[in-house]
Amino acid sequence: MTDSLEAVFRREAGRCTATLIRLLGDIDLAEEAVAEAFTIATEQWPVRGIPPNPGAWITTTARNRAIDRLRREATRTDRHHAAHRLHSDDMEPDHNPEVADLDAFVDVVADDQLRLMFLCCHPALAADSQVALTLRLLGGLETAEIARAFLVPETTMAQRIVRAKRKLHDNHATYRIPRAAELPDRLAAVLGAIYLIYTEGHTATTGRSLTRTDLSTEAIRIGRVLATLMPDEPEAMGLLALMLLTEARRPARVDSLGLMVRLTDQDRSLWTRALIQEGHDLVRACLRRNQPGPFQLQAAIAAVHADSPSAEATDWSQIVALYDQLYAIRPNPVVALNRAVAVGFLEGPAVGLDALARVDLDGYQPYHAAQADLLARAGRTDEALAAYTRAIELTSNPAEREFLERQRENIADSEL
Amino acid sequence: MPQYLLSVWHDEDYEPDFSTPDAQRQVAQVGAFNDQLHSSGAWLFAGGLQPASSATVVRSTGGEVSMTDGPYAETKEQMGGFWVIQAPDMDAALQLGSRAAAACERPVEVRPLQG
Repeated sequence: MTDSLEAVFRREAGRCTATLIRLLGDIDLAEEAVAEAFTIATEQWPVRGIPPNPGAWITTTARNRAIDRLRREATRTDRHHAAHRLHSDDMEPDHNPEVADLDAFVDVVADDQLRLMFLCCHPALAADSQVALTLRLLGGLETAEIARAFLVPETTMAQRIVRAKRKLHDNHATYRIPRAAELPDRLAAVLGAIYLIYTEGHTATTGRSLTRTDLSTEAIRIGRVLATLMPDEPEAMGLLALMLLTEARRPARVDSLGLMVRLTDQDRSLWTRALIQEGHDLVRACLRRNQPGPFQLQAAIAAVHADSPSAEATDWSQIVALYDQLYAIRPNPVVALNRAVAVGFLEGPAVGLDALARVDLDGYQPYHAAQADLLARAGRTDEALAAYTRAIELTSNPAEREFLERQRENIADSEL
Repeated sequence: MPQYLLSVWHDEDYEPDFSTPDAQRQVAQVGAFNDQLHSSGAWLFAGGLQPASSATVVRSTGGEVSMTDGPYAETKEQMGGFWVIQAPDMDAALQLGSRAAAACERPVEVRPLQG
């Protein structure tokens, strides 16, 4: 019982909050109302059973509780205003979604979820605030959970969330889906925030910080909702595919000792086939639309890796071609770095080093790790050792550090 | 309707010189933007400021008035001008803010007024 209640909460919290924000015109009121409805559910459902449409039940209960509360507190003018809004909204307080037109209800709820995504990821908010708000309001995560996942004190995270909500409130942010002209920029912000949540959980896969891997699961869940809500946006599908294909490799990213394993050294039999299959289908579906974007191209690159039975059999020419396309639309040094690595596999380490020489990323750990690997393969051991040392200096992740130190020892040993 | 301050920022040593082609272009752009604000009803008030070096900070402590030469904040950037506009919501205000930034070719801070 407790488990399924938890599952319902995970699935429904964001949707219910999204609808309640529209009904109440206030984020805090909506959060309080949804929390109250879940408390009531915890008392009633174990006795009466889970209702057929738990989301609608939570939404209705939360709305009724909010109306009661607003009537009680109507002496405060702002709350009175909210109470007024509540009644004048298109969703009448007496409307019972469990008996009325459920399809219409589902459509409205879907729009609410999109509104909430665009609100949480408003470009006027800093990226860390977007991420925190998205996890809090759409993911229904507790502030303490989000703080743990991002390794910051709970008070810091609470303050971040309060400030972000306050900024939206003080600026009179509207709860709406962006117009077509604004959509590309606004959607890019939403996709960026979801991917940031994913990578935050992904980078920390050491087996020691399990709470952080939950972030990846949450990012995939939100990404899946977005791809479903915006079926005409290939980049939303591309992001989901990229996350699934990356997630498929998770079981092989760490060895039995908890040490990081490079993509080319991974035991591919450990990759999760079901995720690869789903990711593949999505990549094919979005590429058919022929509106390539950065997430679709990165997903396509991940799909080429997933396709390959072994590292040796990797179609590097395909990967280099995809990186060329990616660089054409996103000419940034990290793309150039990844392209140079692929060139190193396609045409040999010397050509890879030439490509790397044109990349300026001195303060970036992966740059030095990639350079070290290319130098080692080119037989330039002393320079490779120096590059590993520089990479180790720049990493703050213990798993990465252990991996780099092991690589450095390996080439130092082979020198003897 | 919500009101917002759009403030224009530049380096502290900025001295307006309206004879340069750059300045003349910006003046023309800002003029066109002001016309848009008037015709759309967003305009409330606006003004360009004399250089920050012309500012005086006045303090009143227990009836005692003291004056300090120069701007309040000792920062590299100072406010050089502003608009007070009204807009239906944040996105509309930010859109006007980005047009303002394009017109004067400088960063513009968009900040809601209380109330």
